[in-house]
Amino acid sequence: MARMKFLCDADRCIECNACVTACKNEHEVPWGINRRRVVTINDGKPGERSVSMACMHCTDAPCAAVCPVDAFYTTADAVVLHSKDICIGCGYCFYACPFGAPQYPKVGNFGSRGKMDKCTFCAGGPEADNSKEEYEKYGANRLAEGKLPLCAEMCSTKSLLAGDGDIIAQIYKARVIRRGYGSGAWGWQTAYSETIAT
Amino acid sequence: MTGLLTRVRFVAGALALAFIVAMAAPVSAQQPASVNPTASAVQEQQLLKELNKIQGRGTIPDVKSYVLEHPAGQEWQHFHTVTLKWIGAVAIIGTLGLLVIFYLVRGSVRIERGRSGIKIVRFTGFERFVHWMTAVCFVVMALSGLNITFGRALLLPLLAPETFTAISELAKYFHNYLSFPFTLGVVLILFMWIAGNIPNSVDVEWVKRGGGIVGHDHPPAYRFNAGQKAIFWIQVLGGTAMVMSGYVLIFPFYGTGVAGMELAEMVHGIVAMLYIATMLGHIYIGSLGMEGAFEAMGEGTVDLNWAKEHHSLWLEEEAVRGSGEVPREAMTRPAE
Repeated sequence: MARMKFLCDADRCIECNACVTACKNEHEVPWGINRRRVVTINDGKPGERSVSMACMHCTDAPCAAVCPVDAFYTTADAVVLHSKDICIGCGYCFYACPFGAPQYPKVGNFGSRGKMDKCTFCAGGPEADNSKEEYEKYGANRLAEGKLPLCAEMCSTKSLLAGDGDIIAQIYKARVIRRGYGSGAWGWQTAYSETIAT
Repeated sequence: MTGLLTRVRFVAGALALAFIVAMAAPVSAQQPASVNPTASAVQEQQLLKELNKIQGRGTIPDVKSYVLEHPAGQEWQHFHTVTLKWIGAVAIIGTLGLLVIFYLVRGSVRIERGRSGIKIVRFTGFERFVHWMTAVCFVVMALSGLNITFGRALLLPLLAPETFTAISELAKYFHNYLSFPFTLGVVLILFMWIAGNIPNSVDVEWVKRGGGIVGHDHPPAYRFNAGQKAIFWIQVLGGTAMVMSGYVLIFPFYGTGVAGMELAEMVHGIVAMLYIATMLGHIYIGSLGMEGAFEAMGEGTVDLNWAKEHHSLWLEEEAVRGSGEVPREAMTRPAE
């Protein structure tokens, strides 16, 4: 089985936000929830870089460790998923997450949180693959159809890579060798306790 | 005249052109043959080392999403999954253990002279209402809060996951909504009882004699003894800390970011565990631990002999004030 990972090549990202839009559309993510976002560092200064960020599907995921109701599970592809039937919307996974991935719909009074929503690596949830229930709660399950996450698939500069961690690491390494520079695999050290040596 | 002006203008124009060319030439000469875009590029590990988080600018309205990386969450994770559990287990199980040992060794503190049958008012209806409103909120919030920390380890293995979620979600709503009457209770308790809870010299004597908890000593005390004063201040200060840190968590991202909420959760967790442990002691001495104590807050009255033994100075005050509740004969015999 592959170990699925995301990799954003910050030297290629042009901050077009197509990944953000594709994700919202593919999964019909409601207003106010962003499973993926693009953050620009050093905006307008020398050395500016943009990074597309979502759930990194960490090894030993912090969200799963702190969840008071054990709502998380890891698939055979090492994708970190959760059950909205189990989640109580306490917000602890947001405190623990290094990437700000968990999102909560505002329901009821004083901003109290609804069931958590986050990037599923286009792998749905615990319901039957591509069932109506699964789509309504988690969005499309592209992995079950043999496809990779849409954000990366349609990235215009192929900055965002998604797939088997070893393969995307090789692709990135080859790029860095060819062009002679690279600002590294953002978030990998934090998420996977490893980075890509270039 | 016109010819001269034209010539001057021509010379000035030529000079200006020469100046621009002269200035521009060194600039183009400095342009490197190949560009190294990473020469000044930001480096992830360097940014993390400097700030322990990486923040930038985004294009969506959600400002908190502009934080790209925040690895401090992992330290909070360790606190929540390991440290807080130890603090809670030691404080709560330790206190319960001590109370059990104390009960087995000392037993219940009896009214030594027996009941006189004469009742005097200790707490008014309003005082009792405030006490029990706060107490009910406290117990529900303590249990629902402990469920968040210990439920997954202790309760989840015994229940179906859906059942545990249903209970926990309901508990979350109770925890959130009961915070409002609890806050009111903390404020009312402060104003209602602060007058009797200012430490004074009698407390020093009371503490020196161990409050008479061990043995059969009965050090004098006004309306509240030093032990009760300690409970009062723990209630007011601990309650305030709980309320303030709790509202940071209940209103996410109103005035604080994720780091502030992590800190608030740590304060909320640590204070909660110590607060619960303290209240276990309070509940014990107000029920099992002392004969005649529960009725003070239950019915609002205490037996005259109970008052003589535990709050002699308060009884004198009440008699002097001439409240009809304290019979004259109570003073004919010295309190202690």
